[in-house]
Amino acid sequence: MSTDTLARIAGKQEAVDALPLMTARDVHVYYGQKHALKGVSIDITRENVTAFIGPSGCGKSTFLRCFNRMNDTIDNARVTGRIELEGQDIHAPEMDVVQLRARVGMVFQKPNPFPKSIYENIAYGPRIHGLAATQQEMDEIVTRSLTRAGLWDEVKDRLQDSGTALSGGQQQRLCIARAIAVDPEVILMDEPCSALDPIATGKVEELIDELRGRYAIVIVTHNMQQAARVSQKTAFFHLGDLVEYDDTSVIFTDPKESRTRDYITGRYG
Amino acid sequence: MSTRAEALPAAPASGRPPTDWKSPDMVARVKRRYRSETIFRFIGLAALVFAVGFLALLLATMLRSGLSGFVQTQVKVSVELDPTLLELGSDRSGQALLNADYLSAYARGLRESLGPAGPDIASANGWTALREMVMADPTLLGRTVEIWVPARSAFDQYAKVGIDPDIPPELAPVSSEQIAAFERLSEQGRIRTSLNRTLLFSGDSTTPEAAGIWGAFIGSLLTIAVTLALAFPVGVLSAVYLEEFAPRNRLTDFIEVSINNLAAVPSIIFGLLGLAVFLNTMGLPRSAPLVGGLTLALMTLPVIVIAARAAIKSVPPSIRDAALGIGASRLQTVFEHVVPLALPGILTGTIIGVARALGETAPLLMIGMRAFIVDAPRSITDPATVLPVQIFLWSDNVDRGFVEKTSAAILVLLVLLLLINGVAIYLRNKFEQKW
Ligand SMILES: Nc1ncnc2c1ncn2[C@@H]1O[C@H](COP(=O)(O)OP(=O)(O)OP(=O)(O)O)[C@@H](O)[C@H]1O
Ligand SMILES: [Mg+2]
Repeated sequence: MSTDTLARIAGKQEAVDALPLMTARDVHVYYGQKHALKGVSIDITRENVTAFIGPSGCGKSTFLRCFNRMNDTIDNARVTGRIELEGQDIHAPEMDVVQLRARVGMVFQKPNPFPKSIYENIAYGPRIHGLAATQQEMDEIVTRSLTRAGLWDEVKDRLQDSGTALSGGQQQRLCIARAIAVDPEVILMDEPCSALDPIATGKVEELIDELRGRYAIVIVTHNMQQAARVSQKTAFFHLGDLVEYDDTSVIFTDPKESRTRDYITGRYG
Repeated sequence: MSTRAEALPAAPASGRPPTDWKSPDMVARVKRRYRSETIFRFIGLAALVFAVGFLALLLATMLRSGLSGFVQTQVKVSVELDPTLLELGSDRSGQALLNADYLSAYARGLRESLGPAGPDIASANGWTALREMVMADPTLLGRTVEIWVPARSAFDQYAKVGIDPDIPPELAPVSSEQIAAFERLSEQGRIRTSLNRTLLFSGDSTTPEAAGIWGAFIGSLLTIAVTLALAFPVGVLSAVYLEEFAPRNRLTDFIEVSINNLAAVPSIIFGLLGLAVFLNTMGLPRSAPLVGGLTLALMTLPVIVIAARAAIKSVPPSIRDAALGIGASRLQTVFEHVVPLALPGILTGTIIGVARALGETAPLLMIGMRAFIVDAPRSITDPATVLPVQIFLWSDNVDRGFVEKTSAAILVLLVLLLLINGVAIYLRNKFEQKW
């Protein structure tokens, strides 16, 4: 795929300048002795989809997991630096990590629906956060989330079937529906399409496009075309450094760093 | 792209000739592989046959000597329920009926309906049946009733296996005159074989024909209930805490090693511990299911902790991520997602532990559950015994009637264990998650 094509795709949707929803300043992550992320700063806006790209092991997932403090669950991980959600420090003692994770949702690389019914998969989040007062409200949330995730027509007759009985692509959209059911402000996606076939991937990409503007979306991907198709901002990581962060069209057509250019054009990675 | 396409045919140029899949070396290798597979399959099958053979042998032995214990030779006795003989007077209250002299009436009935050998042939405990009948229906007083009572163990054995030719006549449990009397009764239709309700529904006794496992069975149930009530929640909570909440450090490593160690400690040591702590220090009642249950709980606890930890560990981490990722707290994640998924494993482990506790004898002997107890316990603080201890006590008894009872009780215990393991399999299949 030539850079021309990429430019054409990326050029369709220009990035918008807007106030950042989340900011990260000088974030370092250590796994025991290993320095996995070396002072990264970035702004995430609601209006743009942000893509993280870079060779394997460069710290994309590590950085993504900083935004909802999922690194807290790893025993030997240590995070320093400042990350803010709407100006509020997410590491501050008064920040409740459970609420943070409801506000900053996450979709994982491998679809991981709960081994419960489709309905229950969606309803679980709203229930634990008390978002629905009545059964009717809960039904509405479930319907709306599944519709937004583009899954409603496929599952509306089998809401009581197990979520694990769906196909891989359906499962991943179920996970996205589950994430948006708690009405987050940010959705973090870690290689959401790596386990999916091209058709399912296409559906998820369409979905991301539709969700743009409503939620701030950050997506990690190894697929350059995908980054070009769905994102307006792209960050290129290399060995724990944020090498370059710019509009997607710029990154794919006129990167300032030679390391970025080499990676984009497939010369290493 | 084009450079790679050119590189492909260049591969043989590295100097290695193409692999010859038909060379003698290759053929020999394939043959060797087939041969080792065949040998392994044979060895595996032999091991299986060996194991199953032993089990079958055990079962067959038990069945051969124990099955006859489930039937009983009975004698028909006619007894006149004469109120004067019963020393009843005119009082017909329940208390009076309870204390009446049934034994005399029974003894006379034996002599009159069975002849002089009657008291030797029929069980001396048969009068209790009379009391039950009169208590249930006082209008029977003054009438003559016919009851079937167990034959004495010696005649039961005679009816079942005949005369043991190895025993010299002067030592035989039944004399030839008694046998003649027994045969006469048999011709009169006063002897029958019927299901042995005594074995299943009576307590222990010194005479084999009156001894049953009911008391021990109830004792076992109460003991296991105490064990389960303590060991299951404590074991599962410890496992959850260790797996999901405790930090990994020296202390938790030490605890882990200790728990694994405890699981391997011989059970009699738990009995000594129970004796020292529960009986001597805490002063709990001796021989009680409460103390037995506590002791067995100590023994079962490490088994449950280990099984539960393994089950919790095997829940895929992606489920924890999923729950935490939408803002479930750690507690919610663990108890609403992880534990339910680990439940089949936890239950299987628990049931294996409980089955082991159910068959445990040594520690219960230490805390005095070997006492001779006739009545079934009514609460967990009543003195009681348990099935395996009952089996142990009976097996000590030389009377041929008890030998049969021992095997029959073993069969009951085996059936109980089979049921428990069946429940384990049912639960596992019911809760098992299909991914
Ligand atoms: N739990 C952990 N313990 C120790 N080191 C870790 C852990 N997780 C990640 N790392 C290390 O941190 C670095 C960054 O890992 P990360 O998973 O963020 O990479 P990535 O960019 O997401 O890679 P990929 O594209 O392959 O998913 C890697 O060198 C990795 O080995
Ligand atoms: Mg990753």
